[in-house]
Amino acid sequence: MSLVIKDLHARIAEREILKGLTLTIEPGKVHAIMGPNGSGKSTLSKVLCGHEDYQVTSGEVLLDGQNILDMSIDARSRAGLFLAFQYPHEIPGVSNANFIRAAKKARLPEGEDIDAVKFYKQLYARMDQLEMDRSFTSRSVNEGFSGGEKKRNEILQLMMLEPKYAVLDETDSGLDIDALKVVSRGVNAMRSEDRGFLVITHYQRLLDYIQPDIVHVLMDGKIVMTGEPSLALELEAKGYDWVQADDRALAA
Amino acid sequence: MNTELEAPPDDISDIRIDSVGDFTFPERNKYDSGFGLSEKTIDYICDVKGDPEWIREFRKKALKVFNDKPMPTHWATKDLENIKFDEFRYYLSDGQKPKKSWDDVPEDVKKTFDRLGIPEQERKFLAGVEAQYDSEAAYSNIKAAVSEQGVIFVNSTEGLHKHPEIFRKWFGKVIPTGDNKFSALNSAVFSGGSFIYVPPGVKVKHPLQAYFRINSEQFGQFERTLIIADEGSEIMYMEGCTAPKFDTATLHSAVVELVALKGAKIQYVTVQNWSSNVFNLVTKRGIAMEDAEVRWIDCNIGSRLTMKYPGVVMKGKGARGEVISIALANNGQHQDTGAKMIHAADNTTSNVISKSISIGQGRSTYRGLVHIPKHLKGCKNNTECDALLINSHSRTDTYPAISVRGNDHATQHEASVSQVSAEQIFYLMQRGLSEAEAMSLSVNGFINDLAKEFPMEYSVELKRLIDLEMEGSVG
Repeated sequence: MSLVIKDLHARIAEREILKGLTLTIEPGKVHAIMGPNGSGKSTLSKVLCGHEDYQVTSGEVLLDGQNILDMSIDARSRAGLFLAFQYPHEIPGVSNANFIRAAKKARLPEGEDIDAVKFYKQLYARMDQLEMDRSFTSRSVNEGFSGGEKKRNEILQLMMLEPKYAVLDETDSGLDIDALKVVSRGVNAMRSEDRGFLVITHYQRLLDYIQPDIVHVLMDGKIVMTGEPSLALELEAKGYDWVQADDRALAA
Repeated sequence: MNTELEAPPDDISDIRIDSVGDFTFPERNKYDSGFGLSEKTIDYICDVKGDPEWIREFRKKALKVFNDKPMPTHWATKDLENIKFDEFRYYLSDGQKPKKSWDDVPEDVKKTFDRLGIPEQERKFLAGVEAQYDSEAAYSNIKAAVSEQGVIFVNSTEGLHKHPEIFRKWFGKVIPTGDNKFSALNSAVFSGGSFIYVPPGVKVKHPLQAYFRINSEQFGQFERTLIIADEGSEIMYMEGCTAPKFDTATLHSAVVELVALKGAKIQYVTVQNWSSNVFNLVTKRGIAMEDAEVRWIDCNIGSRLTMKYPGVVMKGKGARGEVISIALANNGQHQDTGAKMIHAADNTTSNVISKSISIGQGRSTYRGLVHIPKHLKGCKNNTECDALLINSHSRTDTYPAISVRGNDHATQHEASVSQVSAEQIFYLMQRGLSEAEAMSLSVNGFINDLAKEFPMEYSVELKRLIDLEMEGSVG
């Protein structure tokens, strides 16, 4: 029972971005992936979710033993994979509550519907945890939201959909320190024995609040280094050049 | 011929049970004028309906106008030339008197309502409804409260027979026979539709409803509706059209005339869902006298070609006109819709909000006319038209014609075209929605602000219709 990524190669147009990425995320664990710009961090999150711009050329992704690479985007989601987007999309005219409700309903057997009273009770409790004003239920999804509000809204969806594996793509970008604390608190509240996390970030800062179990360094489409949480601090101090030098040393 | 239908003994119908399509039931028509259109057809209709002589003359004059007028293909689509007028039947009647209670409604009509999934809530409304089965009302039960208020709500035939003094004064005055080729056709062969008169000061609390459907293959439906709201009165009328599926083209050409006298308010709500072989060529216009208001709230889904431009002539000072319209064109469909706002008095205000959605090879066209002549002052118009394209093959065109003379007026025109982006669909699908659900949510979001203008049960039905359309459009 894990999210297993085996020797994954993927390209966009003619350019190969993931070049043999291997990683296993166990339930109950928080894995962090750090890496410089252009290393393939965001590509990884989109490929896992099945974005059509990317083509997987070889490798496997198994979600609790099930190969998800042949599954549609929505089937992967319903199988338990969630992505907190770096740039969440706006959906004009669709209220946040209706959107989340539709997503929850999509997980029910055909013909069944959500119990509205329970739904709103859960929604309000989660919004309180994220210090979101009740007005966000009736506002259009992400429309006119500030950067911080959008990120909170992503975590709200994570909390409402309770996936088995959650990928957070640069959730810290565009957040001030107070918002970062609130968002992290929400994520930490969702940490559990049966849920795995992949936290993608450029900076170490986020990892002060969401403490990872394992840290990986992604460079040029591959995991080049894996270590204890302290690795993140070392990276912050020495910079990615240090890894590259080290990587070259290893390759030599 | 077919005893299991328990037709009345004098039934002369040619019953056919080989119809196709989900909503089709055996036809049982007592009167059938045969195919094609001539003076004989009109005599036949008049004889069957017992029309007065002035109507017979009116119809025959209209037939001449219809025959003389060319097709408006110099501006409209050439597809109009594919209408074969000789292949339609122009009159068909159930031969039954309008029903008074739900229990009396034929089972097959009820079945169609079932298949359409009309919600329970809406069926309750049906208690106060006039529903049309083919060209005559099969069901009619005016709520006691409405008639107690002195409101007349009958079909157009009964209107002209029993209330000629009001009917004749306004009939054909808002939309003259020669307005266009199809208003002339309707004037020649109209049957069915509603006649409503609301006495001065009466505010009708419940919306009046009518359902229309076509059940006979190759049969054109020509309802004629006339609504008169006397001084200071208010009324909302709701019309829903749903047609069964047929193999051959079907023609629908209605004329709706609204008269809002001083200070009166009329809202006319339409949700149409025609099957994709229907030509739907409708003329709708209202007159608003001093301080009166006419609002058209219009939703067009389906049909092969819809041409419909609801209009308001603001004839009295301070009159207001509004058109709120949603059009959805799927593969093989062309929604050619819009609005006409004719300002004919000082300080009149008009508002047009149109949203269209084109799916696949669907095509939507907006045509707007705003006319404010030089001698008037203080007139205002606001026009917004937004188009949403679902696929790269979809097409939308906008033809606004705004003629404003004089310098004491305010007009505003905004238009936008947008596309449902792949990123938006990716986002929605990542949350577990299927592609069709994602599309449908996006489309419903696009029209959400207008859908709110429809009465609750209609906006529910609207959402369901859009879900159905989107289901078929992906995968």
